[in-house]
Amino acid sequence: MSFLAVNNNQTIHLKNIPILEYGEFISGIKELMANHNNHCASYFGFPEKNLTYQFIALIADDGEGDIKILSYILEDPANQQVESLTKEIPAFHIFEREIHENTGLGFINHPWLKPVRYAWNRTDKRKNLTNYPFYKLDGTESHEVGLGPIHAGVVEPGHFRFSCYGETVHHLEVHLGYQHRGVESLFLTKKSLLQRTILSESITGDTVVGHTIAFARNMELLYGIEENQKLALMRTIASELERIAAHVGNLSSVCQDIAYQLGSSVFGALRTSVINYFEWWCGNRFSKGLIRTGYNPYSFTTELREKLMKMLDDFELKYVEMSNAMFRLPSVQSRLEKTGTVTKEQAKIIGSVGLAAKITGIPRDIRNSHPYGYYKNVFYMPAIGKTGDAMAHTLVRDQEIKKSLRLIRYLVDDFEKHEKLDCDVRPDLKRKKMEPSTLSISLTEGWRGEICHVAVTNEEGELAAYKVKDPSIHNWFSLALALRGNEISDFPVCNKSYDLSYCGFDL
Amino acid sequence: MFFDTYKILRHQGKQFIPDITKAVLPTLFRGRPEISDEACSDGCSACADVCPTEAILLDPVRLDVGKCVFCKECVWACYKDKFSFTNDYKIATNVRERLIIAEGVIDPIKLDVLKVRKEIVKFFGRSLKLRQVSAGGDNSGEMELNACSNVNFDMGRWGIEWVASPRHSDGIVITGPITENMSEALQICYDAIPIPKIIILAGTDAISGGIFADSPAINRSFLDNHHVDLYVPGNPPHPLTFINGVLEMIRAKY
Ligand code: SF4
Ligand code: SF4
Repeated sequence: MSFLAVNNNQTIHLKNIPILEYGEFISGIKELMANHNNHCASYFGFPEKNLTYQFIALIADDGEGDIKILSYILEDPANQQVESLTKEIPAFHIFEREIHENTGLGFINHPWLKPVRYAWNRTDKRKNLTNYPFYKLDGTESHEVGLGPIHAGVVEPGHFRFSCYGETVHHLEVHLGYQHRGVESLFLTKKSLLQRTILSESITGDTVVGHTIAFARNMELLYGIEENQKLALMRTIASELERIAAHVGNLSSVCQDIAYQLGSSVFGALRTSVINYFEWWCGNRFSKGLIRTGYNPYSFTTELREKLMKMLDDFELKYVEMSNAMFRLPSVQSRLEKTGTVTKEQAKIIGSVGLAAKITGIPRDIRNSHPYGYYKNVFYMPAIGKTGDAMAHTLVRDQEIKKSLRLIRYLVDDFEKHEKLDCDVRPDLKRKKMEPSTLSISLTEGWRGEICHVAVTNEEGELAAYKVKDPSIHNWFSLALALRGNEISDFPVCNKSYDLSYCGFDL
Repeated sequence: MFFDTYKILRHQGKQFIPDITKAVLPTLFRGRPEISDEACSDGCSACADVCPTEAILLDPVRLDVGKCVFCKECVWACYKDKFSFTNDYKIATNVRERLIIAEGVIDPIKLDVLKVRKEIVKFFGRSLKLRQVSAGGDNSGEMELNACSNVNFDMGRWGIEWVASPRHSDGIVITGPITENMSEALQICYDAIPIPKIIILAGTDAISGGIFADSPAINRSFLDNHHVDLYVPGNPPHPLTFINGVLEMIRAKY
């Protein structure tokens, strides 16, 4: 079978997407997924006309660097049943569950067809947070422990159910949905570009740059605006800074959970210096307001560049001495090593992305496989771990921080090349319409991993669907596997190591 | 090993902000807005039209900081340059109406001390334990609240701390627009807190729903039934805004 292949940041007219029979669709998916370079970046359905839904799957090829599009159409999916892919390709479990929850389409032989987030517009309202079908472990010595939705710390809510036998956790079930705000439907009902931009900044407030670039690129593609090199460069610097801040902040929390006070305080203070830099740049510590469609509202002045270099020099000195001290400590090593291990094979099967893939040795990274913006001009070699445990998480984060520091320095040096370009003027979109009947794809690499935004417009050039995928969609299941064979007391360390998004998942 | 630790400590120096009431933020920081009293152009509504969260009211022009997501677009939209954002981060108050800024007002936003409940000062003046509940928060607000107790802001020095159990806490700090799916858990958590207890809304999403105000996925009925003791605006609220607001409340002098 030949597939329609597109690149990251490409638009395609809807009529150019071949429509397959469902049978052809699943055999196509199976054929593609036999190649381990491929993974599903997104798979969703949207109403095409009244009760008729179009379904679209995007299979990203890390080797070729392209994205294959497969699509089928069903009438009244709420009253239809099709064969599930999950048994053969477990990575599809979450996408099929999401489609089932949103459109009602039944999946025959899906082993785990459970609710995803209890969206307000789900088809079956009888299913609610109180009757989630937990997996049950039977036996005289087995017991369950429930945790959440509200946790001990100042964090987002979610429920975790540990099925234990003695002290050993045999399964962890992650039950989310508490954070559901209706983001995807608001993308359609909020009509102004600014409102939609604010929404993308709020998908997860800890990955503002990652998600807002994904959104802004989609809008630029659909409105026909160019992202010039200067704009791309400045966005790339912002996204690497966001990565450093998140990773070092995470190291601080992990240190806190393993009772290593010095690391917790120092890494925390280092994070402050990075996010305070954002405050100098755009007035907001989480860089809200910085990424806008088609222009840069806060120009990256010479003064800001100098300030950045100074901040980074200071950061690097303090970071390196702290991380050296931390990784040398036997107590740190013994707490993190072999805690929450996931194998490379497991990560492949469940379709992990970003950090959750890298810790097992899979170099899955959009900056490398499907480069966008200024990443097209640099070669980014992803950092990987081997052991798939909490130790691998901290080691990969450590390497990524160091790589990002180097990359930012390189980018700032490159700035002069594009200094003459103009990216500070807001494009006039008053009389402009989005390209009608078009699908646009935008993948970015947030600090957690691959973010995928897909926009679909109707014949009038209005948004007909906006699909958001945070890397956490793939990776929560990896946390569930990580806990197997561990003790409940390992959960805080594992959960912090993964540091997945609740609101990014619940939308 | 000891020498390494010593070097790290020396390089770190003192991290805490000595006087939390006098720290100065960069000029670009968007804190308390001001609206000049220059006359508007006839029939103009550019600021209200552009505002993503309907935070601007016209005739006369007012800006509701409790709805504002601090995007600065009104500043850029107005031909008469009527709007500006100062870097004044002390924008928390206990009276919702005080968040609505009118034309020509350049006074700081303050708490109405007469409306601070007596028991708050009496019981919590020197020790306040808080339980945070995120109900649809986007995690930036939660991270800023965490930052309040880090080495830089260190609100523990005034006895203000986050606690795990509602049973140990004196009040609840809500972030997020309050999702339908969290509404029950929020109520249960609030009920578990011993009396007297306070409610603080942290961030624009919590105060008004923000960009999610008309989402069918949220349910704000909890707020209809309870008295709010402190509003801390921001997107997300800055740690300095939160700490100063709480301090003003627990140290209110009548
Ligand atoms: S800064 Fe606030 S008031 Fe002004 S447009 Fe943005 S949300 Fe509206
Ligand atoms: S404040 Fe400015 S933008 Fe708003 S109505 Fe008056 S003149 Fe127009």
